[in-house]
Amino acid sequence: MLKHHLFWPLSVLGALLLFNLLYAPEFFSIIMRDGHLYGSLIDILNFGSPLIIVAIGMTLVIATKGIDLSVGSVVAIAGAIACLTISQGDGQNAISLVLIAIGIALVLSIILGVWNGFLVAGIGMQPIIATLILMVAGRGVAQLITDGQIITVSNEPYKYIGSGSLATLPFSIFIVAALFLVASILTRKTSLGLFIESVGCKPEASRLAGIRSKTVMFAVYMFCGLCAGIAGLILSSNVSSADGNNAGLWYELDAILAVVIGGTSLNGGRFYLMGTLIGALIIQTLTTTIYMIGVPPEITLVVKAIVVLIVCLVQSESFRKTLISRWKTRHYPAESEVKQHA
Amino acid sequence: MLKRQYIPILVTIGLFALMFTIGSFRYTGFFSLQVILNLLIDNAFLLIAAVGMTFVIVSGGIDLSVGSMIALTTMVSASLVQAGWPPQLVIPLVLTIGSLFGWGMGAVIHYFKIQPFIVTLAGMFLARGLCYVISINTITIDNAFYTSVAQTKVNLPGQNFISISVIIAMLVVFLGIYMAHYTRFGRNTYALGGSEQSSLLMGLPVGRTKMTVYMFSGFCSALAGVVFTFYMLSGYGLHAMGMELDAIAAVVIGGTLLTGGVGYIVGTFFGVLIQGVIQTIISFEGTLSSWWTKIVIGILLFMFILLQRLFSGRSWVHRR
Repeated sequence: MLKHHLFWPLSVLGALLLFNLLYAPEFFSIIMRDGHLYGSLIDILNFGSPLIIVAIGMTLVIATKGIDLSVGSVVAIAGAIACLTISQGDGQNAISLVLIAIGIALVLSIILGVWNGFLVAGIGMQPIIATLILMVAGRGVAQLITDGQIITVSNEPYKYIGSGSLATLPFSIFIVAALFLVASILTRKTSLGLFIESVGCKPEASRLAGIRSKTVMFAVYMFCGLCAGIAGLILSSNVSSADGNNAGLWYELDAILAVVIGGTSLNGGRFYLMGTLIGALIIQTLTTTIYMIGVPPEITLVVKAIVVLIVCLVQSESFRKTLISRWKTRHYPAESEVKQHA
Repeated sequence: MLKRQYIPILVTIGLFALMFTIGSFRYTGFFSLQVILNLLIDNAFLLIAAVGMTFVIVSGGIDLSVGSMIALTTMVSASLVQAGWPPQLVIPLVLTIGSLFGWGMGAVIHYFKIQPFIVTLAGMFLARGLCYVISINTITIDNAFYTSVAQTKVNLPGQNFISISVIIAMLVVFLGIYMAHYTRFGRNTYALGGSEQSSLLMGLPVGRTKMTVYMFSGFCSALAGVVFTFYMLSGYGLHAMGMELDAIAAVVIGGTLLTGGVGYIVGTFFGVLIQGVIQTIISFEGTLSSWWTKIVIGILLFMFILLQRLFSGRSWVHRR
């Protein structure tokens, strides 16, 4: 059981929830009000949904031994272009306008993904650098779109994406569920996941084995861009405004963290979507817990840093070995001898 | 004969000259020594941080904690000075904190074999968080020593001047060049970035070099923080937001390969100057907004990476 890839993420999440159970039992209470469910657990799912979506895209990118630093900027650009389209169109509450805005934003974020894919797969640039370009320039583009201002929109259908509710649950949860299902089915029920993992192990070898490794990489970066775009829509619709400067700030880092906590190695070749989901939930639960137990919000970052370090250390093979060798103070030369020969 | 390995760095210098020439023809008052000196005055802290970052990147790692370390330094300095500590004590203290912080990250990276990206990311969160633990507000500094350092102008011939920060920055650059090319530590760093496995087999002190590299980067960030304190005369948790990216961009524009093993401090120096020139041109233009800086730097990054790919013989697809 210790060997199972979900063991450590699940125990961290379990420990967090247990802590909450002991510290503040009302954490688990869910109440019904006006036909909507309210409660900390629902909040975690609701506010965590953009992060989960970005992290799903990031998982696939990291599985191909890549990394996408530009997701935060894409989040900002998607929100900015959607809000700009709505604020400039007439008939503020028209649903067609919202659909057009969503369409433009998603197409644009796919194009940005194509750009990343082109740099990585087409030109053969190192992923961390290729996406660094869009990370730096993208924030500028987002500010260019919003003209450096915060665009506020008052559009009911648009607001529904981020803060509406369906069947008593926040609508964003359904978006996450749909995306997660699609991603899992595509990668686990078709051979696509195998292709991605094979490209992550060795692109050249998988190309020789008949996999179009460049196409796979292209697709993965496009998918990651699309995910970031969806997250950008949810985030901006949640607050009904687009801020080119601060929207999605540090999202790339949180998403990478979620992926790493979930057990996916940054070295590529293996990925766990479920682990990523749990990783993102850990991050969100941690944030909520920190707020709830009355730690001043300014210490959130310190606690987050410490938890990240602990999670990474626990997952580190050499750290565990060091600990175990400390515990085993007595040495049995014969034992190691046997192991050596075995 | 021109060595192939010098081409990226010459292109960097050429681009700087080209941009400066374009600026000089386009705007009156652009062509003067003082404009160049102002580039140094305004970017002294970035220069110092980028020198440390160059060593980390040459060794094959990355340090994301630079910006938040600068903020933490301004915060610690400001609060201690406000509490009545003498600056002669505060400055060595923050430099020690920075070095120890970097050394700690290096140790975790080396001993527990966790990617530098993640460890320094945690370091970034930690340092930024500690800033807010100290205070969430701006702490101003009205200490006589700090204000006098901030206002001192070192006169140069021809009515030009530089600030003390520039002198510190230039000393760091020269120290960096010396360390990189004339010491055993520098050679070990290049070897480590070339191939960690080979350096280990060659018997180089891989662990010590790695930790020293991160320690030096931490020291540089703390020193950059001190210079930043002179520049801003305040401590604030949001200072130097995203500066690690500026530093990485400067290093890349300067011709250093992110895969490690190849790079020059001089290139980083011009990388910082190029970023400064872009900002100066945008401010001379007047009508262009500041976000164009980010877009132009992004385009430049793109061009330089393409260029490196053309000139560097090695294939660096998926090497990290």
